[in-house]
Amino acid sequence: MSESHYRHMKDLPSTHLLGAGTAMCAGCGGLQAVHEVYDVLGEKTVFVNAAGCMTLLSVYPFTPFRGSWLYTSMASAPAGAQGVRDALDLLVAKGRLPANDDLQVVVLTGDGAAYGMGLSSTSGAIDRGLDFIYLCYDNEGYANTGQQSSPATPHAAHTATDSGVLGHPGFKKDLFGIWVANRPAYAATVIGTEPLDLARKIERAKDMRGPRLILALAPCPSGWGFDPGEMAEIGRLAVRSGVWPLKEYDDGRVVHTEIRRPRVPVEEYLVRQERFRHLFEPERNDAELSAIQARIDAYWECVD
Amino acid sequence: MSRMLVTGNAAAAWGARLARADYVPAFPITPQTEIIETLGGWIEAGELDARMVTLDSEHSMLTAAGAAAATGVRVFTATSSQGLLYAMEMIYTVAGWRAPFVLANVSRALAAPITLEPDHNDVLAARDSGFLQLHAATCQEVLDLTLLAYRLSEDEGVRLPIIVNLDGFYLSFTREPVQIPEPSAVDAFLPAFDPGGLGFSASRPVSQAVAVLGGGPYSYFRYEMHEAARNALAVFDQVAADFGDRFGRHYSPVESYRCDDAEIAFVMMGSFATKAKDAVDQLRDAGQAVGLVRPRMLRPFPDQALRDALVGRRGVAVIDQNLSMGLGGVLHTELSAALCGVPNAPVLASFVGGLGGRDIGASEFFAMVDVAREAARSGMPPVPRLLYTRSELREMRKLQGIAAAERAAAGQPGDGA
Repeated sequence: MSESHYRHMKDLPSTHLLGAGTAMCAGCGGLQAVHEVYDVLGEKTVFVNAAGCMTLLSVYPFTPFRGSWLYTSMASAPAGAQGVRDALDLLVAKGRLPANDDLQVVVLTGDGAAYGMGLSSTSGAIDRGLDFIYLCYDNEGYANTGQQSSPATPHAAHTATDSGVLGHPGFKKDLFGIWVANRPAYAATVIGTEPLDLARKIERAKDMRGPRLILALAPCPSGWGFDPGEMAEIGRLAVRSGVWPLKEYDDGRVVHTEIRRPRVPVEEYLVRQERFRHLFEPERNDAELSAIQARIDAYWECVD
Repeated sequence: MSRMLVTGNAAAAWGARLARADYVPAFPITPQTEIIETLGGWIEAGELDARMVTLDSEHSMLTAAGAAAATGVRVFTATSSQGLLYAMEMIYTVAGWRAPFVLANVSRALAAPITLEPDHNDVLAARDSGFLQLHAATCQEVLDLTLLAYRLSEDEGVRLPIIVNLDGFYLSFTREPVQIPEPSAVDAFLPAFDPGGLGFSASRPVSQAVAVLGGGPYSYFRYEMHEAARNALAVFDQVAADFGDRFGRHYSPVESYRCDDAEIAFVMMGSFATKAKDAVDQLRDAGQAVGLVRPRMLRPFPDQALRDALVGRRGVAVIDQNLSMGLGGVLHTELSAALCGVPNAPVLASFVGGLGGRDIGASEFFAMVDVAREAARSGMPPVPRLLYTRSELREMRKLQGIAAAERAAAGQPGDGA
């Protein structure tokens, strides 16, 4: 394994490739991650997009990308990536496209597609060993339509469809685990507020072949209920509380790339978000808060 | 050129092979599966330089097909029935990408109730999608229309994907003698795919299929698709003329059979029209001036060609192998619109038949002529009819009786219906 180019913050790319002035909300943690990913991947990329917030990045006649873009549908972006990858391979093999004109194929999807409707086409792409990067910005709900519950919504969170005192009754699905169980070339969790960790992982993934998952937690001011200016702090707390473990799967092993001891109590993460307000007001729900903390502790006990 | 006895499915595969398709995204479904198996076998044997990929669904298959065409390779794919409907979101979507390719649909009736045999409700569900539609009646046509479809689809005035439709079982699994053209002759007719403005590459970044805001740009792009589809009427004639010169088989958007002096005409699509031809021959032998008009092209709708073929007839029997619930036959509706307000337009008699592969017998064709004649005499369009015989109804009643008896034996209440 070669040494990373990204040892210090000052090593991160200083030129930013993604254009400004998109339709994303102020303080979008997903857009922050996409910016950082794109800076490392570069413009020799074609983004194959699934329906979600980021579909509004490219609105006729504008795009913030210097490379290419294809919008597909909510369920089938990995199949679109398959068609593009196969066609590029055929064109190069048949001498109709110079090899240096080839592109990295990147699916750009939200959690609504990635954890649910898009799983069939994602699973098929992994089965076939498709050579692509699968970038999911996980804002833990159908954010583009107003933050309804998705299979990525955490337990007890208030959403537009789970607004009762108990919040979302389900538990966040383990998409990273689903990928790892199928032995992809690479899988990693990232967050835009840990840019060094993110850049190292994209750097690793970039030169590999095969299915590669980049799962980015995307703090969402509009959907989670916090001030856009607090996005970076919420992201840091997600990592420091252990809610969002940073890890990677490579060569058959899962390695945590950041292990915090001691961890910040999860309350400090939850209390700053409107979607968890009902756990604190009008009265504290100690039982639920303890259960959430216990699940996080149990996860990290297996890591330690 | 060689003459072979092949099924309709094999003829579709031959079309893709002779077109030198680069890429075949696939998913199995009865009665289409033989097409992808045939292509897969040729690829394995090194007889076809293409890549075939089995996707996880037809929805993914159509996405991959459109994406590959949008990247600049020649694509062939195939499906049937439930598969076409499962892919329907992408049928509409990829048509809007203006990425040309050919999809063979092997018609099969839709659930519920689930069945395997053909009618046209599956392919008609794609009617308004932007895919053009060509309907074959013989195995030879399956092959030839596939080749024509590539030329038409890739024409710079059209640039829309095309469905070539063949009926399940009646064509898909029926062997007929088919002239297989020489590959070199096909290459001369159908040059390598020119992607034009399509394609993704590092030196020429492009955004495709982006969102629009507001109805203005949306209406513009959608109407542009409609105009491209209308252009296909004239382009088809040019392409078919070239095909006829090279291969000696001549195709028009609408086939007229023994129509020159016909007083009464049948109108129907697909392989069941060969039954109508047989009935026309028998009626002619009996001295009746009857002919057949068969649209090979459903989209774009060849309205002028149909007017030319039908105006001046006394009566017309439209036989729809489909049923639009709450309206009736789709072809009848579209034909009524094409003839509306036209002087000397014939009275149309509407029949729905052949649903789920149900046969249409010669005696039924004779009866339909009588109804069309009476409608022409009275000037009143008759009530639409379902082709269904007394004996079929008796058999159906028996099945219902058995179902009721089974329910009763299981101790469940039933009304016998």
